[in-house]
Formats: sequence, structure tokens, C-alpha cells
Amino acid sequence: MATDITKLGVKATWKDLTEGMIIAGAGTSKDFNTGEWSTEKPEFIEEKCKQCLLCVPVCPDSCIPVKDMKRGAFDYGHCKGCGICVKACPFGAITMEGVK
Amino acid sequence: MAKRDRLSGNEAVAIALRQINPDVFPAFPITPSTEIPQYFASFVANGQVDTEFIPVESEHSSMSAAIGASAAGARSLTATSSCGLAYMWEELYIAASNRLPLALALVNRALSGPININCDHSDSMGARDAGWIQIYAENNQEAYDNMVQAYRISEHKDVRLPIMICQDGFITSHAVENIELLDDEEVKNFVGEYNPENYLLNPECPMAVGPYSITDYYMEAKRNQAEGMSNVSRVVLDVAKEFEGISGRKYGLFEEYCMEDAERAVVMIGSAAGTTKDAIDRLRAQGEKVGLIKIRLFRPFPAEEIAEALKNVKAVAIMDRAESYTNHGGPLGADVMAAMFRARSQALAVNYVYGLGGRDVRVEDMESVFEDLKKIVKDNDAGETYRYLGIRE
Repeated sequence: MATDITKLGVKATWKDLTEGMIIAGAGTSKDFNTGEWSTEKPEFIEEKCKQCLLCVPVCPDSCIPVKDMKRGAFDYGHCKGCGICVKACPFGAITMEGVK
Repeated sequence: MAKRDRLSGNEAVAIALRQINPDVFPAFPITPSTEIPQYFASFVANGQVDTEFIPVESEHSSMSAAIGASAAGARSLTATSSCGLAYMWEELYIAASNRLPLALALVNRALSGPININCDHSDSMGARDAGWIQIYAENNQEAYDNMVQAYRISEHKDVRLPIMICQDGFITSHAVENIELLDDEEVKNFVGEYNPENYLLNPECPMAVGPYSITDYYMEAKRNQAEGMSNVSRVVLDVAKEFEGISGRKYGLFEEYCMEDAERAVVMIGSAAGTTKDAIDRLRAQGEKVGLIKIRLFRPFPAEEIAEALKNVKAVAIMDRAESYTNHGGPLGADVMAAMFRARSQALAVNYVYGLGGRDVRVEDMESVFEDLKKIVKDNDAGETYRYLGIRE
């Protein structure tokens, strides 16, 4: 049975899908590139960012990595472009097409 | 050593299940399939099997529990008829699309209404597009033999699809016939152990079953599912060959009776094929070149093989024990005619709806069908292709 979840994506052929769409293995969601579902992505403007980290907990897909109390670049492999982070940012450090 | 016995179709299937000794059997009673879980429950009570027998509150639940058990890694099944199958509708598709190899002992009965408990194929014919393998029996022996072969087909690594083992309500399910049973040990060895590659109760590898598929994947998922179905015919024939080795009984995708030089043929499913064989014997004694194709495997449909078997006939009557309300005939008629069309058949074909709600089909009825075909050949005109047999006009 094919179980390589990293092959899953909008370009995957029917032969690459797992039998019955079964996923065998644990913690596999990080291997699954769901980021390609979205059409728009947020842009991070680092020079405007005060590192308040208000954007981090509101992200439904945990796409804003934090290291040493500082946020890094978006994980576009999982960001679905909901735009919530744009709304949460008090400093205009996140922009996205269609979100004010 | 094979053992001869006198058994009803339900009893024969229940004995096959005792010999298979499946892991989980959830069931809810409905006529005429009730006896299968009833006999089986006595095997459980007597300690003859170590199956987990689950009396549930509905067919929706019996199929759901069978699916859950199968996903968990168990060999499971249930039994039902008619409205019970209708109540499993959603689950039938779940079982097939999740590629869960489980069995359903189906005893064919008319769907309401008018409410009726007798045989026709409207229940399983309605489920023909659910992605299940469907195998039909003419008599009790075939019902038993098909059940013994079921898991070998369903669980095959190239297939992994649920399987419906169908027999005619009351006509085979309750009628007692002489049949030959295999030894318990022979069946056990033939069926073997079920060792799925992935299963929910495997602590080494957690598994997700039935995840959501957005538009980007759904169509590929269905195509992937169809691939399993495309391997079924080969596996059915392989399993049948091996089964012949232990039983001496030969099975194919369908049975051809007197087809070698037949000019007129009937294509049908189920117990009425026995009646048709009697009609053929009578007509053959009078020198008439008539024959029968009795479908065993209906899903997937062996279209090319059937068209090949019909290539020399001048006229064919396809018999449907179910209405399809297309104004053109029933589901078997549609499949056979499509197969003949693709094979560029020049034969004249008509489709009869017969035997609904347990209406008797007599040898004389089938003789009248061959007589109709004779006229069709003579006139070189099929006339009305959508007909009813044995109806009071």
C-alpha cells in the first residue's frame, strides 16, 4: 500500500494516493503540504515587526514559527491564507491581498 | 472428506461462516436473512466459533460495526435483506471507498412498496454502484461455495474491496436441498488467516481511516478505487480454480449452459437459472438450439467475456428480477446490451422484467421466452425491447 503522504498534493496522480485514502503513521500532518490549498498568502514585513507575537497564537495552522522569543518567516507549506494574522497585527507588519 | 447434507441456503451459508470462523459478526434480523445470524448465534453459544457476535439495533449499525471491526484489523461480516440493505446505504459506500475487505451475506428480497418479503433483486441491484463486489448463486450449493470463496477474493492485496454474497430469498434461503459440505479443516486452510498490512489496532503504526478529501483529491481517490475493481475478475477466477482443487466444483465469472451452438440465449441471475435449464433441456430434446448464460459475478461486470459468449447468437433475452424505471428495462439488460453494443453485436436483444416480489417463474414461462425469441429471429425484429414476463395484462 502506498503510504507516502509527502506525495499528496494537487499534482498527485491517482496512483500516488494511498489505498482507500488511508494514512498509516503518526504525526503525518506536518508532511502534508496543505499550503497549496490557498490562493493568497500573507506577507511578513520584518522591519515593521515589533516582535509582540500577537500573530502567533491566532494562527489556526501553527504557521508562524517562534525561536528565541522572535517570530520567523511564514510556513507557507501549511498556511492556508486565512488572513487572521493580518487582523491581529497592530503594526501593519503583515499584509495580504484582499485583507485590510 | 466432503460431507453430504440436506440444508437450506441460509443454513449452508451459516455453516460456511462457522467454518470460516470470522472475528466479528454484528447483525440485525430481517426476513429472509434472519436465519443466518440466528444459526450463527447458536454456534457462538455452543463455543463452536470464537467470533464476537454483536446484536445491534439496526442495519445502519450492523454495517457500521462491521466496517469498524474491519478497519481495526478483524475479519468481519454481516447479513441482511431488502430494507435492511437500504438502511445500510451510506455505509456500503464507506466500506468500499475505505477499501475494507468485509463480507455481506445478502438474501435478496423485494424493496417496499408495496411491502413484500419475497424474492427479487431490487435490493442488491440498487446497491450495484456502491463499489462492492457482487456474486450471485443459483442454488444452496453455490451460496455455500461462494461464501467459502468470499474472503479470498475480498482480502486479496490487489482487490481489498467488500463483497456481497447474494442468494435468492426463500427460493434458496429457505428451500432445503442436498448439498456437499467441505471439511472444516479444508475450509480453514483454504480461507487462511487475515493479516492486513495496516489496521487501527496496530500499536506500532497508528492509522487514519476515511479522511476528508477535498475536490483536489476526490476524483483521484475514486479512480484509485476503480483500480481495485479492475483486478477482481482475475482474482475471482484464480480463487475459483483453487476452490475446484478442494471441492471438484468449477466456477467462473458466469456459467454457460448449452451455449456452444446456441442461436437463442437467455441471460439471467439467480435461482430462476435452474428453471431455465429445465426449459432448455425440454427444448433441446426437440432439437432447438437454445442456451443460457447465468451471471455469477455481476460487479464488476464481465462485459467483454459475456459479449464473447453471445457472439454467435441471433437473439438474446436478458432477464431482470428488478425494475430500474428507465422505461427501457432493468440493470442487467442495460449492462448486457452495452457490452453487446461495444462488441458490435448484430444479435437482436430484448429485456424482460420478471419474478418481482417472489412471482413464480415456471419452466413454461421460460419456454415462452425462447418462443418469443424464435419469433424475433424469424421476423428479424426485436419488437418491444422492454417487456414484462408473467404479468396479468
